[in-house]
Amino acid sequence: MKPEQSLIFELSRPGRAAYSLPECDVPAEESLETLIPAELLRSEPAALPEVSEVDVIRHYTSLSRRNFGVDNGFYPLGSCTMKYNPKINEDVARFPGFAKIHPYQPEESIQGALELMHTLQSDLAALTGMDAVSLQPAAGAHGEWTGLMMIRAYHEARGEVRTKVIVPDSSHGTNPASASAAGLTTVTIPSNEHGMVDLEALKNAVGSDTAALMLTNPSTLGLFETQIVEIARIVHEAGGLLYYDGANSNAIMGITRPGDMGFDVVHLNLHKTMSTPHGGGGPGAGPVGVKAKLTPFLPGPTVAKTEDGGFTLKEGGPQSIGRVKAYYGNFGILVRAYAYIRTYGPDGLREVSENAVLNANYMLQRLAPYFEVPYPGICKHEFVLSGKNLKAYGVRTLDVAKRLLDFGYHPPTVYFPLNVEECIMIEPTETESKETLDGFIDTMIRIVQEAKETPEVVLNAPHTTEISRLDETQAARKPVLNCSCG
Amino acid sequence: MKHRYLPMTEQDRSEMLAEIGIQSVEELFADIPEAVRYKGRLPMSEALDEYALLRHMKRLADKNADFDSHISFLGAGLYDHHVPVVINHVISRSEFYTAYTPYQPEISQGELQAIFEFQSYICELTGMKVANASMYDGATALSEAAVLASGAAKRKKIIVSTAVHPEARQVLKTSAAGLGLEIAEVGCTDGVTDLALLAQAVDGETAAVLVQYPNFFGCIENLAAIEQLTHDAKALLVVSANPLALGALETPGKLGADIVVGDAQPLGINASLGGPTCGYFAVAEHLMRRIPGRIVGQTVDRSGKRGFVLTLQAREQHIRREKATSNICSNQALLALCASVYLSVMGKEGMREVGGLNIRKSHYAAARLGAVQGVKIAFDSPFFNEFVLKLPEGSDPGAVNAKLLREGFLGGYDLGKDYPELAGHMLIAVTEKRSKSEIDEFASVLEGCL
Repeated sequence: MKPEQSLIFELSRPGRAAYSLPECDVPAEESLETLIPAELLRSEPAALPEVSEVDVIRHYTSLSRRNFGVDNGFYPLGSCTMKYNPKINEDVARFPGFAKIHPYQPEESIQGALELMHTLQSDLAALTGMDAVSLQPAAGAHGEWTGLMMIRAYHEARGEVRTKVIVPDSSHGTNPASASAAGLTTVTIPSNEHGMVDLEALKNAVGSDTAALMLTNPSTLGLFETQIVEIARIVHEAGGLLYYDGANSNAIMGITRPGDMGFDVVHLNLHKTMSTPHGGGGPGAGPVGVKAKLTPFLPGPTVAKTEDGGFTLKEGGPQSIGRVKAYYGNFGILVRAYAYIRTYGPDGLREVSENAVLNANYMLQRLAPYFEVPYPGICKHEFVLSGKNLKAYGVRTLDVAKRLLDFGYHPPTVYFPLNVEECIMIEPTETESKETLDGFIDTMIRIVQEAKETPEVVLNAPHTTEISRLDETQAARKPVLNCSCG
Repeated sequence: MKHRYLPMTEQDRSEMLAEIGIQSVEELFADIPEAVRYKGRLPMSEALDEYALLRHMKRLADKNADFDSHISFLGAGLYDHHVPVVINHVISRSEFYTAYTPYQPEISQGELQAIFEFQSYICELTGMKVANASMYDGATALSEAAVLASGAAKRKKIIVSTAVHPEARQVLKTSAAGLGLEIAEVGCTDGVTDLALLAQAVDGETAAVLVQYPNFFGCIENLAAIEQLTHDAKALLVVSANPLALGALETPGKLGADIVVGDAQPLGINASLGGPTCGYFAVAEHLMRRIPGRIVGQTVDRSGKRGFVLTLQAREQHIRREKATSNICSNQALLALCASVYLSVMGKEGMREVGGLNIRKSHYAAARLGAVQGVKIAFDSPFFNEFVLKLPEGSDPGAVNAKLLREGFLGGYDLGKDYPELAGHMLIAVTEKRSKSEIDEFASVLEGCL
């Protein structure tokens, strides 16, 4: 049996080192205390580990082997779009001319970077059907908040007090949380039996206090909101705006655009739709696009073209909501997203969405006999199943997810959206082959069989991972949040 | 041509369509109303083959002056430190970078432990008890700190020193507008927060005092005095600290800070035009359950083996929705990993040494540049690795920087952009990378540019 994985702090031995620093070639005979008063200097050194470079590499290599990414295998995590992360994007983002540049360099010395950002702004505007784009927000939730702040400023500039943000019950948790962070309050409306917005509930919810409706389309149920034109009309007639949560844009590229559906503000998750790696939880990028009437409220700076064909940073105008992040957004992620767009072009991006949707529908079709399907029919890039039929055998969705680990799969998203009991949310993406999908489907069918015949196998899963199910209650009750090695 | 990232063959497609029982992919989009279908061809950049794309990206990159081609004295929140070679090798392990948030702990122990170690590192550096898994950047972390402080103190007034990074203050203003927080700025004397002005500003309505350490001018604030003023009014002390400087400077934790945030960019993260970097967020124990963002905790599995999980999730948006402590639903995991690997490489001695090198080289540079005809060091306050130069009367830092660029240097930050009273002043950063001869050459080239 393998020994327990050590913490890096536990590897420390006094006198070892992994660093190599430039020499001190300036006069150093004086002690630091002659340069900085002693009381400002650290009284005891930070208790950091002392290890060799070999220790560092072995430690992190060992950790990486205890982690599962898209490169390890199928990762059908619904609403997260875990598609293949192209390697060329990683290489180009590491070019010194992109990775080792400073935002405060003279503009003449970062023209290539600004040109890239300018082209990306215009490509994303075209893709979403919007008039202007800010690349500043660092993530989807950050984009949501930025968008809501603009919506708020828009209403205030018109002398209107509108404080309510309407979200469907299937929305991402970030939607209401972003509304709160923007000082707005949330009104949640139910979905109808088809998983669509309940129009009557919407009509009852809108009014003179409506700031916006936030919608993901296709929704987190993987369904295209067929009433979108009517929804837009209802919200706009009430004086509200429409916010498009772009988390599910992988289904619609080149097929339909939020701007054409009637949305006024949109964010895209470049780490989903545009293939930039999720990084274990970040960094991402969440650019926002707006219709012309909201352009004055965009956060600064954006990149503009100058008369002589160069590029310049343009600060936000007097109505701008202000800055939402230091510097100019997650530029390294923008480089990767741009390289991705240039790999596919407009025709290729459309093919991406078509294949993503076909893959999802194929999986839904094959899995439907074995689970409950709360919303039968065609889906978009993802779909939801309910595992409640397995409760009869004492098996829950969580157990199915854990059993999948034994077969080398990352499980789907589970227990979200909240309005589907024992929810299993599957998003295959376009970069998976039919063999991969079939392998996963056959495994799911096998697990259903196991649930009926040998439920203990499922209930005690996983059996093959280095760690079995962890005690989350203890973690929360008696939090141990660092190693206190100092 | 078959696309290299799309494995679906024509045969796959027809088999899948047959299984679904339809004729064409178009039928899968039949639910999209005709009125909102996009009929044209998107007016976007065209596709390039792999070789053409590499050349195109290289052409764009080569239009930028970078830290390899130029010698940088530019800081102002982002620094040209040496990035140990091993960092790129670790973060290029695709088990790390192609994973998402560790929702399935049994197959995500690597990332979870890496975050746990990051939290431990941040606690060690800052002298605080609890740290989260990271934030978007230092500026947004500072805003989140203000929000936390306002909630904890049940007060609305936030006092911020003008020696806090101007862009962090701008982000703070944007956030404050959303939540109805009142922001009051307190000015500086001799490059540090004016304690008399601060004493006047702090009152019974004050939720928090926000300072930067070292501050935007590179000067080291008197945290001990600020702490007393702040806590006398029962407000919270929020310190935005450069984590690399904390290898050499006394910890904000020891000096009584309630919340310590900052940007981990100096810890082995490329500048990348300002992002992605990594914000960090640490608090005193009593604020643990108010902290925003992801947190990893230690626990055991069914056989009693040590393991790690995302924990204290009752604070977060996916559980609490509109009542969450923040809307953040990710962290900057890969950059937090950079910072962790950096600190593992540097270790106890390396962090002390790199801090010492920054102090010595910047002080040499200050002496050297201060001796240039007509140039003065603007402030007498102690500084870490950045200081302010007052250029001769009538000099325009922008024009000086344009000349320096032609000579192969990235000059200092033009402070007049944010501080009208500091027009003609330049903020100079000197890291361990700068050699004596580079500093000497910069001094003589600067002299020629004036």
